[in-house]
Amino acid sequence: MTVDTPVREHQLDDYKSDEKPTWCPGCGDFGVLNAVYRALRTKNFEPHEVVAVSGIGCSSRIPYFISTYGFHSVHGRATPVATGVRVARPDLKTLVFSGDGDAFAIGAGHLVHAMRRNLDLTYVVMDNAIYGLTKGQTSPTSGAGFHTATTPAGNPEQALNPMTLAITCGATFVARGFSAEPAKLADLILAGINHKGFSFIDVYSPCPTFNKVNTFKTYKEEVAWLPDSHSSSDVAGALAYATSDEHKYLGIFLEREAPTFEDLVAANHSGTEADRPALLAKMFKRYS
Amino acid sequence: MVVADRTVTAQTPHDGEVPPSEVRTSLVIRVAGEAGEGIKKPGELLIQAAARAGFEVLTDFAPPSEIKGGVSFFQIRLSAKQLFTRGDSPDVLLCFNQEAFEVNIQELVPNGLLIYDPESVTPRNTERYRLLSFPLEQIASKQLKMPIVKNVVALGGMAALFSLDTEILYGLIRELWERKGDAVVQTNFKALEAGLKYVQEHVSSADLERFHIIPNPLQHNRIVVAGNTATALGALAGGCNFFAGYPITPASDVMEFLAPTLPQIGGTLVQAEDEIGAIGMVIGASFAGKKSMTTTSGPGLSLMVEALGLATMSETACVIVNAQRAGPSTGMPTRHEQGDLYLCAFGGHGEVPRVVLAATSVEDCFYLAVASFNFAEKFQTPVILMTDTVVCVRSESIDQPELDRIGIENRLTWHPPVEGATPYDDSPKGYRRYAHTETGVSPIAIPGTPGGQYVGMGLEHNEKGRHRPDPRTHTQMTEKRFRKMEHAELEAPAPVLHGNQDAEIAIVTWGSTAGVAIEAIDILAEEGIDVCLVAPRMVMPLPRHQLEAAMRKKHVIIPEVNYRGQFADIVQGVFPTPVTRVNVYGGRPMLVCHLVDVIRDVATGKQGPGRVVLKPIIGNLDELVTPDDLIAPVEHN
Repeated sequence: MTVDTPVREHQLDDYKSDEKPTWCPGCGDFGVLNAVYRALRTKNFEPHEVVAVSGIGCSSRIPYFISTYGFHSVHGRATPVATGVRVARPDLKTLVFSGDGDAFAIGAGHLVHAMRRNLDLTYVVMDNAIYGLTKGQTSPTSGAGFHTATTPAGNPEQALNPMTLAITCGATFVARGFSAEPAKLADLILAGINHKGFSFIDVYSPCPTFNKVNTFKTYKEEVAWLPDSHSSSDVAGALAYATSDEHKYLGIFLEREAPTFEDLVAANHSGTEADRPALLAKMFKRYS
Repeated sequence: MVVADRTVTAQTPHDGEVPPSEVRTSLVIRVAGEAGEGIKKPGELLIQAAARAGFEVLTDFAPPSEIKGGVSFFQIRLSAKQLFTRGDSPDVLLCFNQEAFEVNIQELVPNGLLIYDPESVTPRNTERYRLLSFPLEQIASKQLKMPIVKNVVALGGMAALFSLDTEILYGLIRELWERKGDAVVQTNFKALEAGLKYVQEHVSSADLERFHIIPNPLQHNRIVVAGNTATALGALAGGCNFFAGYPITPASDVMEFLAPTLPQIGGTLVQAEDEIGAIGMVIGASFAGKKSMTTTSGPGLSLMVEALGLATMSETACVIVNAQRAGPSTGMPTRHEQGDLYLCAFGGHGEVPRVVLAATSVEDCFYLAVASFNFAEKFQTPVILMTDTVVCVRSESIDQPELDRIGIENRLTWHPPVEGATPYDDSPKGYRRYAHTETGVSPIAIPGTPGGQYVGMGLEHNEKGRHRPDPRTHTQMTEKRFRKMEHAELEAPAPVLHGNQDAEIAIVTWGSTAGVAIEAIDILAEEGIDVCLVAPRMVMPLPRHQLEAAMRKKHVIIPEVNYRGQFADIVQGVFPTPVTRVNVYGGRPMLVCHLVDVIRDVATGKQGPGRVVLKPIIGNLDELVTPDDLIAPVEHN
């Protein structure tokens, strides 16, 4: 960490790379990207002290458009890569970007355990309920009966509920945003970054090209912000709002304190790199 | 001559007692029982004591797949000279129960000594071997009133057989049980004494003389370690400070060793949710600047293959230890095979150059673990270190490594040449993560370095790390990735060489089979047959300069423990000359006596180029008793 560097006021542009986004015009992911720029700007992070990790999918191209360090891994594996980065370098801010297929289908096994470990990661899912990069197949958050090339008779599966998954798997910060409201989304991402522990933020980020069912228009009719009366420490309340038939709720469902994995690991450290030769000498003696 | 008399005589009918004039050069003792009978710990005590007394030791441990029940064995081989294999067959077999007797007796050397507990074993066909009834159960339960010390009684008996200096054993027992109080130490002392006394009183002095081996004068700076322990120690010596892994047989020992050890140097170990998670964490930690590793076995490596491609593509240094086990799918987790070479060398879609090293011995596990980190860091590449069940589980006495003679490589890092350098600057001060260089190695910026921001990636990319799928980019970047391997090949660790390098017959092999070849060569040298061995420690890229001379020999023999001859395929892909392939695939190591037969046939012109399939045991495979044979048939009404 460059503690000696004088603090400089960063501009929004400082977080933009020279690569122009490859998304279709009207893609919800633009709203997420703008919200990320804003959150980074508000935190006034040094771009070289942030790492953005992603998997594969339209959403996962996002590290190329941010001026921080990044790692564009393979499908479903953003979480393990980010885990490695976070555990190795707790001095850096690590953000994870994923899509609904990347996070909840191929990468679901990792996500569950990252939540359970409570790593201090900010995990943003750009959820468009469709596979966009492969041109329109059913995803884990597509609704029952959803028609695509792979479900011509309608999706025979029920949609996965990202909110209940996160709440029950041990994420210590669970929120949902909407890319049509980038200012509020930036606040959610900021709150997630400020939260010490695993912050999970599912974002409705519509795909205008392949998903004609879950659109900006339909989401606008369905969403509602969580009422002020909801306390983010109320797990039962969070689950009730997460499973509401009435609205698709936005906001912070849950926030609670718990020790992070990396802190527990660090507490176990009893020496430093300098102790390596002495440790080896001790080991050799044991086997002599 | 390294190998004992019996490996040669094993093929001819045994002619009775070993002439007293012949000095025994090694002794193989096998202790067989149920897995739960705890034969491993006394066995470890015995080898540590033997090593301290100046013996060269090499062991084998065959656990059953089941946690309790099922037959397992612990085998120790002792010699005054360096050992390279566990020994083809035991000279002494101690059986705790009938099943252990049934499945092991066929391997006992003719006229060998069977020691058995009469309460639980009834020997059959006793004309083939000699017998010693050793009432372990009775001594432990009735005489000592401590059934639990049965193993220590056995330990005393074993020590008496080869006249081990028992003071050392007493010392080790004290070290091991001191924490539990003096009463426990005294009980174990009594058990040890009872075992010693029984064997001394019941085995004739002529027989004891027969098993006598003169140890070397006490050697200093020797350690006795298992291959997996050596791998873990090598990782520590090589600079490992991040480990992520998932438990799997036979690799878990490495992880269990490092779990309490890494925190002592500020390092971290994560038990991942699966092997895909483990390799992902390793890649992430290495990207963030750590020297990272994982250990696994075949099934886990299969899962890691996609991410290995990511490591090659993103040029991320990482070390993957693959402790090979037997068979495809779940196969035989505790058995031996060299079946993963294709997977390690070529596994993955697209072209995925990587460095693959293969340990031939326990000592190699240590030094090649160090080398793995050095290759990974220097060439920014995944490195797979292949071990195998034989090398993983066996303990061996080796020279204590001298740390100040070990070189450590660190990755070539990028630092901003001027203040304000940015990754988006096309001038020379701007950062290009994947810059083309002569060796293919580009300076890497560690996150946290100002101006070094880039995206590590699995997509094909230009020098700055931007996805570019054009023909020029892919051509040049493919060449860059392979260019690194050409340079790595030139720095391959020295191969294992043995025998007369001017010989007309060359054995070319890899992994622990190199040890089998060394012992075969020594036996044949006694017969006047000259054979040389070249066993590369780097198997991908194949170090051509190390093999050229051997591949020009009149006869080339490539023995390996698999069906297809995977190493032979790779070697013949580079040197398309006729060879004699020798394969065995029963889940057991190749036997020295069998390889000796093949080489002798090649030397005498009976065997030309082609393929020889060996049996995994001495004797008739069809007559081998398997656990199935011991189950009484179920009667259906």
